[in-house]
Amino acid sequence: MYRNLLRMLILVIGGCALMAIVSPAMAQDATAPSFDVEITGTYGPFLPPDVSTTGHQSDLLINTLHWFMGVLFVGWGIFFVYCLVKFRQRPGHKADPKPVKAKVSKYAEIVVAVFEAALLVGLSIPVWAEVKEGFPTEEENPQHVRVVAEQFAWNFHYPGPDGVFGRAGPQFIDMASNILGIDPDDEHGADDIVSGELHVVAGRPVIADVTSKDVIHSFSIPVLRLKQDVIPGMRIPVWFNTKDDSAGNYEVACAQLCGNNHYSMRALMVIHATQSDVDAWLESAKPEEFDEDEFD
Amino acid sequence: MSGEHHKELGFFRKYVFSVDHKVIGIQYGITALCFLFFGFCLIMMIRWQLAYPGEPMPLIGGLLERLMGAKWAEEFMPGGRMTPDFYNALGAMHGTIMIFLGVVPLLVGAFGNYVMPLQIGAPDMAFPKINMASYWCFAAGGVIMLSSFLVPGGAANSGWTSYPPLSAIAQPPAAGWPILFSGQTLWLVGMVALITSSLLGSVNFIVTIIQLRVKGLTMFRLPFFVWAQFVTSFLLLLAFPPLEAAGVLQLMDRVAGTSFFLPEGLVVSGQVAMVQGREIAGGGNPLLWQHLFWFLAHPEVYVLILPAMGIVAEIIANNTRKPLWGYRALVYSTVFLGFMSFIVWAHHMFMTGMGTSISAFFATTTMIISIPSVIILTALIISLYNGAIRFTTPMLFALAFLPMFAIGGLTGLPLGLPVSDIPLHDTYYVIGHFHYVVAPGTILAIFGGIYYWFPKITGRKMNDTLGRLHFVFTFICMNVVFMPMFFQGLAGVSRRLFDQTQYSWGAAVQGWTITSSWGAWMLGVAQIFFFINFFWSIWGGKKVSNNPWEATTIEWSAPSPPPHGNFATEPVVYRGPYEYSVPGMSKDFFPQTAVTEA
Repeated sequence: MYRNLLRMLILVIGGCALMAIVSPAMAQDATAPSFDVEITGTYGPFLPPDVSTTGHQSDLLINTLHWFMGVLFVGWGIFFVYCLVKFRQRPGHKADPKPVKAKVSKYAEIVVAVFEAALLVGLSIPVWAEVKEGFPTEEENPQHVRVVAEQFAWNFHYPGPDGVFGRAGPQFIDMASNILGIDPDDEHGADDIVSGELHVVAGRPVIADVTSKDVIHSFSIPVLRLKQDVIPGMRIPVWFNTKDDSAGNYEVACAQLCGNNHYSMRALMVIHATQSDVDAWLESAKPEEFDEDEFD
Repeated sequence: MSGEHHKELGFFRKYVFSVDHKVIGIQYGITALCFLFFGFCLIMMIRWQLAYPGEPMPLIGGLLERLMGAKWAEEFMPGGRMTPDFYNALGAMHGTIMIFLGVVPLLVGAFGNYVMPLQIGAPDMAFPKINMASYWCFAAGGVIMLSSFLVPGGAANSGWTSYPPLSAIAQPPAAGWPILFSGQTLWLVGMVALITSSLLGSVNFIVTIIQLRVKGLTMFRLPFFVWAQFVTSFLLLLAFPPLEAAGVLQLMDRVAGTSFFLPEGLVVSGQVAMVQGREIAGGGNPLLWQHLFWFLAHPEVYVLILPAMGIVAEIIANNTRKPLWGYRALVYSTVFLGFMSFIVWAHHMFMTGMGTSISAFFATTTMIISIPSVIILTALIISLYNGAIRFTTPMLFALAFLPMFAIGGLTGLPLGLPVSDIPLHDTYYVIGHFHYVVAPGTILAIFGGIYYWFPKITGRKMNDTLGRLHFVFTFICMNVVFMPMFFQGLAGVSRRLFDQTQYSWGAAVQGWTITSSWGAWMLGVAQIFFFINFFWSIWGGKKVSNNPWEATTIEWSAPSPPPHGNFATEPVVYRGPYEYSVPGMSKDFFPQTAVTEA
């Protein structure tokens, strides 16, 4: 019986090791289709780069939890394997039905409970309050942008020089000329800019109002540790801030199944080093003056 | 009861429309195993698209074209390459079939039906006809679900969670087809049938366990498996009605022009959204569906795990030759777990725009529910201590369940705390987490249960060599499939992507996706050991006595297979369920029904 157990262990461990050796060999060179720009940062089997001012906190929580889980698992595992070997059935060995007086388990449970409570109260709750509800004040000069999701694209609505968004409504939507349905009679809308790219400045906080035209999407920017479901019929504000040295090109993803082309609902986020770079881009993204609508 | 005369029944009444809990249990078992395999085939196809996006599927692509016809192939797999719509349908149906048609019917319908009445010494379930109705509702639901693959537009493709508005506007019925004949609508109708089946079953289980225990079998002499079924039945009974209601409401949104889950002002592809050719009235809320759905679907997680823990506990007690450690702690933890599972549902919805106080509430309940899970796992592991462990085939599966469930449970922690959930929500990390609970966890327990109770059902034992081979390869392959998912998830890869290499982080871990896919196909191959063993053993397995494992619980005092009515004379119970290695006895087990050491 002992020998059988040994054989089994060798098989299991050997099989896992074999797979571990073979699997990287099966990896193929896969490169993401680019937006004709290079995506910044290196990506691999652990957390992606973090360019936000708040993301280190969720990373800290994730890393702490994994160490904790590792310790617990290894602890259980050692005891488990010890029992399998020590108490295997063999001639001359009998089970002892008396219940073990195991204080260890009680202590282990208390440690688990205390640890979870500490992470919950010490990290999770305050950080959640900060990242979800700690919006920057107007003194901090946040950039405002509307994010409008639709199958299968992200639209970013910038208020233009006047700093005020034009009114929008579904009745004004025209997929060729007015994709967000901005009211043509609203003077605030005249200078608004609509683009498929998100352009922000490193170190300047951003407040984004996310809405959806059709189904539920999820506004996900892994490098910012940001994720917010986008619910049609609801306007949900989110905020983020980027590190001062984070200038570069990053990806925005949809993280909620939204239809057949969900997988390609991807947008470019450009973090510029200076405000003047953003202004220059906004200038270039301005729609050409056309008044065709008025002739219809 | 014992003197009752059972008249000989015709073939149909005996084997097809039977009211005998054992026949119904076997019907459930075989049907659900077929569904389980079918659901697994769907994911093996998906794994091809994930590993080699856009490449034609070898062999299977051509085979399906032969089987389903050129028109079908043109719509779903032109040139052997699956379309994104078909990919989404396979994903949605894999989830639905595995949970509602595979695992739950196996755990509750098959094991619960067959074993539970025997373990309480009952001649049958309390309501045999309701039991039969439950099976046939389940079968009808299954047929409806499967038939949805054949309607124009294919099976439901809005995820197994079917979030509206996507599920409401998806797949309008094709011109000339009746209103009900579209994938998502059939999904809803099928779900209503499946839920009805579960409700009928759960009422029956609760009444049976309360009313039909034999003399001497107090609640604290029940085997842990029966306790697990008892709590599970309450979960099914209380959690399913909200989803049944929600299913009917969504059905109305799709076919009757209501707007329970649809807000006003929806614009799809630049056009005002329509359902059934009518404008949407609006005024509904898509989040209402999510609340109703997860109010079921979180307790459902415990429906998937508690009976599996019950099976594992039975096998461990039997094969360590000693009582379970902390039996009462196990029972109290299970009851507490069942209760708590009703107030954690919104941790699936942290990303919907939840404020601090509500998220803090659901995070707290989630952390609290982890404590009884830790207690149960610890008790099962400590049960090994001081035992005399027999490495029988069922025991291998039961032992493997423990570390696998530990991984599944532990990886739930970062998802249960809202802040660490932000980067991980809706990524492969979630997929890895719940599959570790349900696949290497529950499905290993199911296999263990099949090897364990097979001698009771057939009078024959399954082959040990094939069983061990099946175990080793299944165990390795399952880890190869699911372990990479944690790294993909950490990397940021979203679930349900037709082609993850669209994203930098997805392309960076594509190698792990390929590993995972090969693991899945190998896992499929490994099941050949099981198929051969299962069918060969029914007729050719080694004949064994009524109690081949030298077990103590009541089912082993019945003949194998038990006749209609189960016991020749009504058993009487004298002691608790796990009297193993009692000091001073010559044998190392003392059955619950034995008057003295005979």
